[in-house]
Amino acid sequence: MSDYAVTKTLDCKGLACPMPIVKLSMEIAKMKVGEVVEMLTTDPGSLADVPSWAKSTGNAVLESKQDSGLIRFYVKRQK
Amino acid sequence: MDIEKELSELKAKVNSAPGMENKLSMVVFSGELDKQIASLIIATGAAAMGMKVVLFYTFWGTAALRDPSKKAGGKDFMGTMFGFMLPKGRNKLKLSQMNMAGAGTAMLKSLMTKKNVASLDQLFEAAGALGVEINICQMSMDLMGMKMEEMIDYPGMKVVGVASFLADAKESAVQLFI
Repeated sequence: MSDYAVTKTLDCKGLACPMPIVKLSMEIAKMKVGEVVEMLTTDPGSLADVPSWAKSTGNAVLESKQDSGLIRFYVKRQK
Repeated sequence: MDIEKELSELKAKVNSAPGMENKLSMVVFSGELDKQIASLIIATGAAAMGMKVVLFYTFWGTAALRDPSKKAGGKDFMGTMFGFMLPKGRNKLKLSQMNMAGAGTAMLKSLMTKKNVASLDQLFEAAGALGVEINICQMSMDLMGMKMEEMIDYPGMKVVGVASFLADAKESAVQLFI
Protein backbone atom coordinates (compact mmCIF):
# COMPACT_ATOMS: atom_id res chain seq x y z
CA MET A 1 0.00 0.00 0.00
CA SER A 2 2.85 2.39 0.71
CA ASP A 3 4.67 3.82 -2.23
CA TYR A 4 6.27 6.48 -0.11
CA ALA A 5 9.15 6.39 2.35
CA VAL A 6 8.57 7.51 5.91
CA THR A 7 11.21 10.04 6.89
CA LYS A 8 10.40 10.18 10.58
CA THR A 9 8.05 8.78 13.19
CA LEU A 10 6.46 11.27 15.56
CA ASP A 11 5.16 9.73 18.77
CA CYS A 12 2.25 11.74 20.15
CA LYS A 13 0.77 8.86 22.14
CA GLY A 14 -0.84 10.00 25.36
CA LEU A 15 -0.86 13.69 24.38
CA ALA A 16 -4.13 15.57 24.43
CA CYS A 17 -5.45 18.57 22.48
CA PRO A 18 -3.81 20.77 21.27
CA MET A 19 -0.41 19.09 21.62
CA PRO A 20 -0.75 16.50 18.81
CA ILE A 21 -1.18 19.12 16.08
CA VAL A 22 1.25 21.50 17.78
CA LYS A 23 3.93 18.80 17.65
CA LEU A 24 2.93 17.81 14.11
CA SER A 25 3.27 21.38 12.83
CA MET A 26 6.66 21.79 14.49
CA GLU A 27 7.89 18.48 13.07
CA ILE A 28 6.68 19.26 9.53
CA ALA A 29 8.45 22.62 9.71
CA LYS A 30 11.72 20.76 10.30
CA MET A 31 11.23 18.46 7.31
CA LYS A 32 11.89 19.04 3.65
CA VAL A 33 9.09 19.38 1.11
CA GLY A 34 8.08 15.93 -0.08
CA GLU A 35 9.09 14.13 3.09
CA VAL A 36 6.57 12.04 5.02
CA VAL A 37 6.09 11.81 8.77
CA GLU A 38 4.37 8.90 10.50
CA MET A 39 2.41 10.31 13.42
CA LEU A 40 1.17 8.07 16.23
CA THR A 41 -1.60 9.37 18.45
CA THR A 42 -4.10 8.07 21.00
CA ASP A 43 -6.17 11.31 21.08
CA PRO A 44 -9.62 10.71 19.51
CA GLY A 45 -9.88 14.42 18.65
CA SER A 46 -6.92 13.94 16.28
CA LEU A 47 -9.11 11.94 13.88
CA ALA A 48 -10.77 15.22 12.91
CA ASP A 49 -7.93 17.57 13.82
CA VAL A 50 -5.13 16.18 11.65
CA PRO A 51 -7.10 16.31 8.37
CA SER A 52 -8.36 19.84 9.30
CA TRP A 53 -4.81 20.90 10.04
CA ALA A 54 -3.58 19.45 6.75
CA LYS A 55 -6.31 21.23 4.77
CA SER A 56 -5.55 24.54 6.50
CA THR A 57 -1.81 24.36 6.02
CA GLY A 58 -1.76 22.91 2.51
CA ASN A 59 -0.18 19.60 3.48
CA ALA A 60 -1.47 16.11 2.70
CA VAL A 61 -2.66 13.18 4.77
CA LEU A 62 -1.58 10.23 2.62
CA GLU A 63 -3.08 7.53 4.80
CA SER A 64 -4.62 6.97 8.19
CA LYS A 65 -4.99 3.72 10.09
CA GLN A 66 -6.81 3.01 13.31
CA ASP A 67 -5.93 0.05 15.49
CA SER A 68 -7.95 -0.13 18.74
CA GLY A 69 -6.85 3.03 20.54
CA LEU A 70 -3.87 3.86 18.35
CA ILE A 71 -4.24 6.10 15.29
CA ARG A 72 -1.50 6.33 12.67
CA PHE A 73 -1.33 9.23 10.23
CA TYR A 74 1.04 9.52 7.30
CA VAL A 75 1.45 13.21 6.57
CA LYS A 76 3.43 14.63 3.66
CA ARG A 77 4.91 18.10 3.65
CA GLN A 78 3.75 19.70 0.41
CA LYS A 79 5.02 23.22 0.72
CA MET B 1 -11.61 47.21 -21.14
CA ASP B 2 -8.18 46.64 -19.62
CA ILE B 3 -8.42 43.25 -17.89
CA GLU B 4 -4.95 43.43 -16.40
CA LYS B 5 -5.59 46.82 -14.84
CA GLU B 6 -8.95 45.72 -13.46
CA LEU B 7 -7.43 42.55 -12.12
CA SER B 8 -4.65 44.31 -10.28
CA GLU B 9 -7.11 46.85 -8.85
CA LEU B 10 -9.30 44.01 -7.64
CA LYS B 11 -6.31 42.26 -6.11
CA ALA B 12 -5.35 45.42 -4.24
CA LYS B 13 -8.91 45.79 -2.93
CA VAL B 14 -9.08 42.20 -1.71
CA ASN B 15 -5.70 42.35 -0.04
CA SER B 16 -6.52 45.51 1.89
CA ALA B 17 -10.05 44.47 2.85
CA PRO B 18 -10.66 43.95 6.57
CA GLY B 19 -10.75 40.46 7.95
CA MET B 20 -8.82 38.79 5.14
CA GLU B 21 -5.54 37.85 6.77
CA ASN B 22 -4.96 34.31 8.03
CA LYS B 23 -4.71 35.74 11.51
CA LEU B 24 -6.37 35.33 14.89
CA SER B 25 -6.70 38.27 17.29
CA MET B 26 -7.89 37.48 20.77
CA VAL B 27 -8.73 39.69 23.74
CA VAL B 28 -7.83 37.81 26.92
CA PHE B 29 -9.91 39.72 29.46
CA SER B 30 -10.57 36.95 31.98
CA GLY B 31 -8.28 35.99 34.78
CA GLU B 32 -9.73 32.61 35.61
CA LEU B 33 -7.81 29.38 35.08
CA ASP B 34 -10.36 27.69 32.81
CA LYS B 35 -10.63 30.74 30.55
CA GLN B 36 -6.86 31.16 30.36
CA ILE B 37 -6.48 27.49 29.40
CA ALA B 38 -9.14 27.87 26.69
CA SER B 39 -7.40 30.99 25.34
CA LEU B 40 -4.03 29.29 25.14
CA ILE B 41 -5.36 26.08 23.60
CA ILE B 42 -7.08 28.08 20.87
CA ALA B 43 -4.01 30.28 20.39
CA THR B 44 -1.55 27.39 20.10
CA GLY B 45 -3.98 25.39 17.95
CA ALA B 46 -4.35 28.34 15.58
CA ALA B 47 -0.59 28.86 15.43
CA ALA B 48 -0.12 25.16 14.68
CA MET B 49 -2.59 25.58 11.81
CA GLY B 50 -0.37 28.24 10.31
CA MET B 51 -2.33 31.28 11.50
CA LYS B 52 -0.60 34.34 12.82
CA VAL B 53 -1.84 34.77 16.40
CA VAL B 54 -1.96 37.95 18.48
CA LEU B 55 -3.19 37.90 22.08
CA PHE B 56 -4.21 41.12 23.81
CA TYR B 57 -4.11 40.64 27.57
CA THR B 58 -6.23 43.15 29.45
CA PHE B 59 -7.98 43.67 32.83
CA TRP B 60 -8.07 40.47 34.86
CA GLY B 61 -6.09 38.52 32.28
CA THR B 62 -3.05 40.69 32.98
CA ALA B 63 -2.51 39.05 36.38
CA ALA B 64 -1.86 35.70 34.67
CA LEU B 65 1.29 37.18 33.15
CA ARG B 66 2.86 38.00 36.52
CA ASP B 67 5.98 36.10 37.45
CA PRO B 68 5.80 35.06 41.11
CA SER B 69 9.60 35.06 41.37
CA LYS B 70 9.90 38.70 40.36
CA LYS B 71 9.15 41.86 42.30
CA ALA B 72 8.44 45.40 41.18
CA GLY B 73 8.99 48.31 43.49
CA GLY B 74 7.94 51.92 43.37
CA LYS B 75 4.21 51.34 43.48
CA ASP B 76 1.73 53.70 45.06
CA PHE B 77 -0.77 52.55 47.71
CA MET B 78 -3.45 51.35 45.27
CA GLY B 79 -0.83 49.61 43.13
CA THR B 80 0.49 47.75 46.16
CA MET B 81 -3.05 46.76 47.21
CA PHE B 82 -3.80 45.41 43.72
CA GLY B 83 -0.49 43.57 43.79
CA PHE B 84 -1.62 41.85 46.96
CA MET B 85 -5.16 41.06 45.91
CA LEU B 86 -4.57 39.90 42.34
CA PRO B 87 -3.28 36.36 41.70
CA LYS B 88 0.47 36.19 41.39
CA GLY B 89 0.74 34.54 38.01
CA ARG B 90 -0.90 31.76 36.04
CA ASN B 91 -0.42 29.05 38.64
CA LYS B 92 -2.48 30.96 41.19
CA LEU B 93 -5.64 31.34 39.15
CA LYS B 94 -9.08 30.06 40.17
CA LEU B 95 -11.83 28.41 38.15
CA SER B 96 -14.63 30.67 36.95
CA GLN B 97 -17.16 28.19 38.30
CA MET B 98 -17.07 25.40 40.89
CA ASN B 99 -13.98 26.85 42.49
CA MET B 100 -15.32 25.61 45.86
CA ALA B 101 -12.72 27.53 47.84
CA GLY B 102 -9.91 26.07 45.76
CA ALA B 103 -11.04 22.43 45.81
CA GLY B 104 -12.55 22.65 42.34
CA THR B 105 -9.41 24.21 40.92
CA ALA B 106 -7.19 21.56 42.49
CA MET B 107 -9.50 18.85 41.14
CA LEU B 108 -9.32 20.20 37.61
CA LYS B 109 -5.53 20.48 37.75
CA SER B 110 -5.15 16.89 38.90
CA LEU B 111 -7.62 15.67 36.25
CA MET B 112 -5.60 17.48 33.61
CA THR B 113 -2.37 15.86 34.80
CA LYS B 114 -4.04 12.46 34.87
CA LYS B 115 -5.36 12.79 31.31
CA ASN B 116 -2.11 14.28 30.09
CA VAL B 117 -3.72 17.55 29.08
CA ALA B 118 -1.14 20.27 28.58
CA SER B 119 -0.78 22.53 31.62
CA LEU B 120 -0.79 26.33 31.35
CA ASP B 121 3.01 26.24 31.74
CA GLN B 122 3.34 23.85 28.78
CA LEU B 123 0.85 25.85 26.74
CA PHE B 124 2.75 29.10 27.27
CA GLU B 125 5.96 27.35 26.25
CA ALA B 126 4.34 25.95 23.11
CA ALA B 127 2.89 29.38 22.32
CA GLY B 128 6.32 30.97 22.58
CA ALA B 129 7.85 28.29 20.35
CA LEU B 130 5.11 28.79 17.76
CA GLY B 131 5.50 32.56 17.62
CA VAL B 132 2.22 33.55 19.28
CA GLU B 133 2.42 37.27 19.97
CA ILE B 134 1.40 38.52 23.42
CA ASN B 135 0.63 42.19 23.93
CA ILE B 136 -0.40 43.68 27.26
CA CYS B 137 -2.88 46.50 27.69
CA GLN B 138 -1.05 49.61 28.89
CA MET B 139 -4.11 50.96 30.66
CA SER B 140 -4.67 47.77 32.65
CA MET B 141 -1.05 47.79 33.77
CA ASP B 142 -1.41 51.43 34.85
CA LEU B 143 -4.73 50.97 36.65
CA MET B 144 -3.60 47.92 38.55
CA GLY B 145 -0.15 49.27 39.24
CA MET B 146 1.68 46.46 37.44
CA LYS B 147 5.09 46.89 35.93
CA MET B 148 6.92 45.05 33.13
CA GLU B 149 9.67 43.96 35.58
CA GLU B 150 7.24 41.68 37.39
CA MET B 151 5.94 39.97 34.27
CA ILE B 152 7.05 36.63 32.86
CA ASP B 153 9.78 36.34 30.27
CA TYR B 154 8.00 35.77 27.00
CA PRO B 155 9.56 36.34 23.57
CA GLY B 156 8.63 39.76 22.23
CA MET B 157 5.98 40.55 24.85
CA LYS B 158 5.24 44.25 24.89
CA VAL B 159 2.80 46.87 26.14
CA VAL B 160 0.31 48.34 23.66
CA GLY B 161 -2.87 50.40 23.55
CA VAL B 162 -6.29 49.62 22.16
CA ALA B 163 -5.45 51.04 18.72
CA SER B 164 -2.77 48.38 18.22
CA PHE B 165 -5.22 45.65 19.12
CA LEU B 166 -7.89 47.06 16.81
CA ALA B 167 -5.44 47.38 13.92
CA ASP B 168 -4.56 43.68 14.34
CA ALA B 169 -8.20 42.70 14.83
CA LYS B 170 -9.34 44.52 11.73
CA GLU B 171 -6.99 42.51 9.49
CA SER B 172 -7.74 39.21 11.17
CA ALA B 173 -10.04 36.56 9.83
CA VAL B 174 -10.92 35.55 13.41
CA GLN B 175 -11.48 37.82 16.41
CA LEU B 176 -12.30 36.44 19.85
CA PHE B 177 -13.03 37.82 23.31
CA ILE B 178 -12.38 35.51 26.25
